[in-house]
Amino acid sequence: MTAGTTARQWPAPAPAAAEHGGFWRAVLAEWTKFRSVRGLVIGTVVAALAMLLVGLFAAGSARFTCPGGPGFPTKTGAACLPRIPRGPGGQAVTDSFYFVHQPLAANGSITAAVTSLTGVHAAGNGQTGAGPGGAGPLAGMTKGIVGWAKAGIIIKTSTSQGTAYAAMMATGGHGVRMQYDFTQDIAGLAGQVSPSAPRWLRLTRSGDTITGYDSADGSRWARVGTVRLTGLPATVQAGLFVTSPVETQTTSSFGGTTSNGGPSQATGIFGHVSLSGAAPGKAWAGANIGAGRGSPGTGVGGFHQAGGAITVTGSGDIAPVVAGPTSYFPTATIEDHLVGTFAGLIAMAVIAAMFITTEYRRGLIRLTLAATPRRGEVLAAKAVVVGAVTFAAGLAASVIAVVAGPRLSRDMGLYVLPVSLPTGLRVIAGTAALLAVAAVFALALGTVLRRSAVAVTAAIVLLVLPYILGVASVLPAGPAEWLLRVTPAAAFAIQQSVPAYHQVSGPYGPPVYFPLGPWSGFAVLCGWTALALGLATYLLRRRDA
Amino acid sequence: MNESIEVTGLRKRFGPVLALDGMTFAVPPGQVTGFVGPNGSGKSTTMRVILGLDAPDEGHALVGGRPYASLTRPLTRLGSLLDAGALQPGRTARNHLLWLARSQGLSARRVDELIGQAGLELAARRRAGGYSLGMRQRLGIAAAMLADPPAVMFDEPVNGMDPEGIVWVRGFLRSLAAEGRAVLVSSHLMSELEDTADHLVIVGRGRVIADTSTAELLAKASGGRVVVRTTAADRAAAVLTGDGGTVAPAGPGALTVSGLPAARVLTVLSGNGVPVSEVAAHRASLEEAYLELTASSVEYRAAGEMAREVAR
Repeated sequence: MTAGTTARQWPAPAPAAAEHGGFWRAVLAEWTKFRSVRGLVIGTVVAALAMLLVGLFAAGSARFTCPGGPGFPTKTGAACLPRIPRGPGGQAVTDSFYFVHQPLAANGSITAAVTSLTGVHAAGNGQTGAGPGGAGPLAGMTKGIVGWAKAGIIIKTSTSQGTAYAAMMATGGHGVRMQYDFTQDIAGLAGQVSPSAPRWLRLTRSGDTITGYDSADGSRWARVGTVRLTGLPATVQAGLFVTSPVETQTTSSFGGTTSNGGPSQATGIFGHVSLSGAAPGKAWAGANIGAGRGSPGTGVGGFHQAGGAITVTGSGDIAPVVAGPTSYFPTATIEDHLVGTFAGLIAMAVIAAMFITTEYRRGLIRLTLAATPRRGEVLAAKAVVVGAVTFAAGLAASVIAVVAGPRLSRDMGLYVLPVSLPTGLRVIAGTAALLAVAAVFALALGTVLRRSAVAVTAAIVLLVLPYILGVASVLPAGPAEWLLRVTPAAAFAIQQSVPAYHQVSGPYGPPVYFPLGPWSGFAVLCGWTALALGLATYLLRRRDA
Repeated sequence: MNESIEVTGLRKRFGPVLALDGMTFAVPPGQVTGFVGPNGSGKSTTMRVILGLDAPDEGHALVGGRPYASLTRPLTRLGSLLDAGALQPGRTARNHLLWLARSQGLSARRVDELIGQAGLELAARRRAGGYSLGMRQRLGIAAAMLADPPAVMFDEPVNGMDPEGIVWVRGFLRSLAAEGRAVLVSSHLMSELEDTADHLVIVGRGRVIADTSTAELLAKASGGRVVVRTTAADRAAAVLTGDGGTVAPAGPGALTVSGLPAARVLTVLSGNGVPVSEVAAHRASLEEAYLELTASSVEYRAAGEMAREVAR
């Protein structure tokens, strides 16, 4: 060191206002600290790898098999993948129904009165009663109509599955609805259809615009909705349809939630059917759309005309595919490949908490605070470093998981539900952000509690435990959903890529479906983190170091 | 511009313990100020208050006229070493200095320069977990000098150092003062500061007992006594007493004489033909001075206990 013997003069300290970049210096110092401890760097890599491997292992663990047809060997893996139609919005859809149709020109309308809607469904669902008996697809089924059985009128681009449509319908338990393009649903008249309470339905087409009306008496009509189906061709198919979906029954108790469902079938009777704008001389044609292998229905369908009434029987659904165990083919979601997130989260919580607790243990915090006396800046700099490092590691792991995972799942014979690009990006970046904010939360807990073991335990109890209890089918649905609403684990909702639809019966519970939306769930974690950071800043400023 | 450290009326209570009880002193530039007192007398607490780490219940501490916590790039104003063990075991010395440098907006070049000056080249790329205590002290001192501050503060810097290291630290502290820096160095052993400190702040029970220059303290404690070494102690004692001196034995063949200056003692003894091997003015050690000081401080009832501690 310098060993001069002549006294020196030091410049006067600059006034505080003249100095800038204090926070940036603190960030650089904290980043230097982080990268210079091998344990923290290796731990971050391990966290990303753990997250990736757990997710990919879960995806690639089971190879599906399916019958190969008469005289053919059993198929496995990708050969079993069903051909699932995609709706106009790109999502996987079910498009199976019995369609009694005629061509319709650019302008026209169709009107019909539904006077009866009855059905049968798999035993054990809903009402019980004597089965129709006999062999074949209806063996062992029970009389009764499922809630989302549909009988109504439809205008559709073509008879191909997945094409754009708009429909007015009476339902088994949800009154009259106007639905279009698989995901959209507007409520009309309430109440059950019966011969004494018929439901009059009308659709009018004017170019791309279709308007739906309903009426209880055929004279006073109410408009239900007007929709635009862009790119509708000049000649479309219009007519009557009946379909009846798989209805999911979910039972919930301690020890978990179980869902099951089976096919159902419905029969609708239509009167006062009229079509304007149809090509002259055409007759009604019947088509069992989407029947056969891969159909969710019984496969039964048909129609007959008698005395001005048309009776139509159909099975299946016109709706988006929802994920979950009751789907009639093995499905996966992109976020299934991110189940390792909790493992990465545990590792990053340990790293983030220890980023400050080891300073307390070694007394290094005094040197840190002597170098940067603005204590809020120290905590903020640590949060920036831990958050950025975790975001980068989480982003790398989730990009690989979401890109490579679905390929692996498809090879195993799982149908991976497609998502739009914005949804995919939200899931990937959201997972990284979830990890980053959770790491900052653990850092704040470490600052408040000052001891590694206590802070890491607190972080895991608040973040990981509610997630595992919420999604692992150990609690009944009520408490599980409550945990996923109020604890920081609510943020896992940001990984949900397939929305729940009220007009589709499904197993809408964890682990696929979260009670809160993606961003509101994430906001719950951010709220907890803001509180923890606030408390940490207050205590760090107030306590002697 | 006042570069010194000023501490005014610090009072701080930790539960039932009054750690600081009106601590007041100043550290001027250009000299080494020793901060002495037994363990638990408030030295470390005072230093933490100076660094803004602990908040005092009353009073204030200023560095260059400003509270430490209000300084931007504070290591450029005051370098300190409180705890040489405050290291992350997995981090190398170079990276330890590097993060500190980053926090002050200093370059990596300054770090490498400092490593060379502190003789840490061999240790610089090894992880701190394997350092000896002496090596940690060296690293801690280097860290304090990182931003070339006009004031430095070391808490027990020679603890655990080998004799060679202790000699190096003493020389180093002198050179810092010679450069015009204010140097505050604490110790619970007076002897450690004997040849180093220009000025002493002696504390006990959280307050200053004496604030004096080292030379003054020694002069006061010596009290004009003269040491005589002779083979005829009895005769010497008789003639010196006869000349008005007060004589006390000071071991075999040695006497301590007070009331007579050294020159008069020599004249009297040689005039009476008493053989003498040495006549010298007594030089009190700092321990003696310290004991005398604390013994006279009647309200300080633990003085004996403290003295034992200091003399250890």
